[in-house]
Amino acid sequence: MTRKAYIAGVAETPLGKVVDQTELSMVALAAKEALAEAGMSVKDIDAVFVNYMGEEGSVQVGEYLGIEPRWGDSTDIGGGSFEAFVDHAVLAIEAGRIEVALIAYASRQRSRRNRQLAGADDSYSIWGQFETPFRPLMPITHYALIAARHMHEFGTTPEQLAEVAVSARHWARMNEKAWSRDSLTVSDVLDSPVIATPFHRHDICLRVDGGGALILTTPERARDAAKKAIPVLGAAHGHTAWNLSQLGDFTHSAGVRSGRSAFAQAGTRPDDVDVLEPYDNFTSSVIMQIEDLGFCARGEGGPFVEEGRLRPGGGLPASTMGGGLSYNHPGALGLLLLVEAVRQLRGEAGERQVPDARIAVAHGIGGVCNSSAATVVLGRE
Amino acid sequence: MSKAARETWGDPTTAAFWEAAREHRLVLQRCADCGHWQFYPRPFCLECGSSALSWKEASGRGRVYSSSETHMAPSPDIETPYVVAVVELDEGPKLMTNIVNGRCRIGDRVRVRWREREEGPPIPDFEPDPEG
Repeated sequence: MTRKAYIAGVAETPLGKVVDQTELSMVALAAKEALAEAGMSVKDIDAVFVNYMGEEGSVQVGEYLGIEPRWGDSTDIGGGSFEAFVDHAVLAIEAGRIEVALIAYASRQRSRRNRQLAGADDSYSIWGQFETPFRPLMPITHYALIAARHMHEFGTTPEQLAEVAVSARHWARMNEKAWSRDSLTVSDVLDSPVIATPFHRHDICLRVDGGGALILTTPERARDAAKKAIPVLGAAHGHTAWNLSQLGDFTHSAGVRSGRSAFAQAGTRPDDVDVLEPYDNFTSSVIMQIEDLGFCARGEGGPFVEEGRLRPGGGLPASTMGGGLSYNHPGALGLLLLVEAVRQLRGEAGERQVPDARIAVAHGIGGVCNSSAATVVLGRE
Repeated sequence: MSKAARETWGDPTTAAFWEAAREHRLVLQRCADCGHWQFYPRPFCLECGSSALSWKEASGRGRVYSSSETHMAPSPDIETPYVVAVVELDEGPKLMTNIVNGRCRIGDRVRVRWREREEGPPIPDFEPDPEG
């Protein structure tokens, strides 16, 4: 089958605690590194896709890089915007409007301590009137309420949630760039402080500095890449609600549709997937994404993750760099999911390499209440 | 509540909700054409598109759809733990709230209990419904 677009380069920004760079310089350095993999230079970029890079983010990043792109996109659908950017960029490439897309992100939320948990307190917004006064932790309480409903309907257990964190830690222990590498057991998770039931401390992702860059290009230009270019087999996205009261059934998300569409484009099925990079902002999110994407039936995500299925050597290797729970979560994880998926398909993941990985899925979500979902299916040629 | 807070609270589409809240009445939009109950308010019915919406008092009763006991407050002046919940009203719509005056499990019956506050009109907490 003819593929329309290829990921020709990926890079992480400096990770963890970053005190000697700004968000813009982090993006620029990662872009340069990703471009080197693609066999290109900054001047080759003709489209910029960024989120959370300030007002008119793509304009700011373009200016910082000294380029004048013919396509800009600062769409904000949350931390999974980057998977949606792949969807957007593939279409723009296919239409012949662009040739080299930079998708990038950086945050220093840990060093700058600029993450707010209180939410909007203005009485003019719907949020400020009907949600903030009840003092939810944004977005911890929202995902806790979603998880609690899943547990109520399907009997998903705290131990099953904990297994997701333990599995991510097993992978992180093989990644020298991971923030948390100490051993972690199910009991450790269950014994960690309760933040908002059903979440313990270890059910919740890290909050560190980080980011990355990705170069998406045409099949022709991908031939010049210094490293193996990875074709995009399918990509789709969608969203539901911003206020939790407006979310319909809490136990599934826009990922049901984005997954179905991305797999259909790719001509693949969940059974074909060798590596899954889910958006593990919370342990429960992984269980629900596995259901949404069709790796198991609705409600069976809890039992599915038992017995180490997501761990190294398991049936569905997931969060193979350690995920947002143990490797890095810079406020928006989506880009780093794509970076790891590409490295796994290139076979360059070192100790944590999944043997003979041919199909990988990066699945982003976003928003305070599982608001958006974007699925990217990648392959190996 | 200060005069300034009273005048600046809410927005033009929600004013009726907060006016009723001051009288401890929980009101929702109801569509005259299709009967759909709507929360939060919009300029037309999301179900059928009709503009024939009016404000009707809801029963103030419903069931806990989900709840979470919060042990880490978003700001240091808030005492923990407290329960944030989503309640599904008998009329259909869901809303975020706090559960007060007792413990509730998902599925339990609850009724509205208004909470006065300095910074704005009363807000609808919920408590266990003794009538079940």
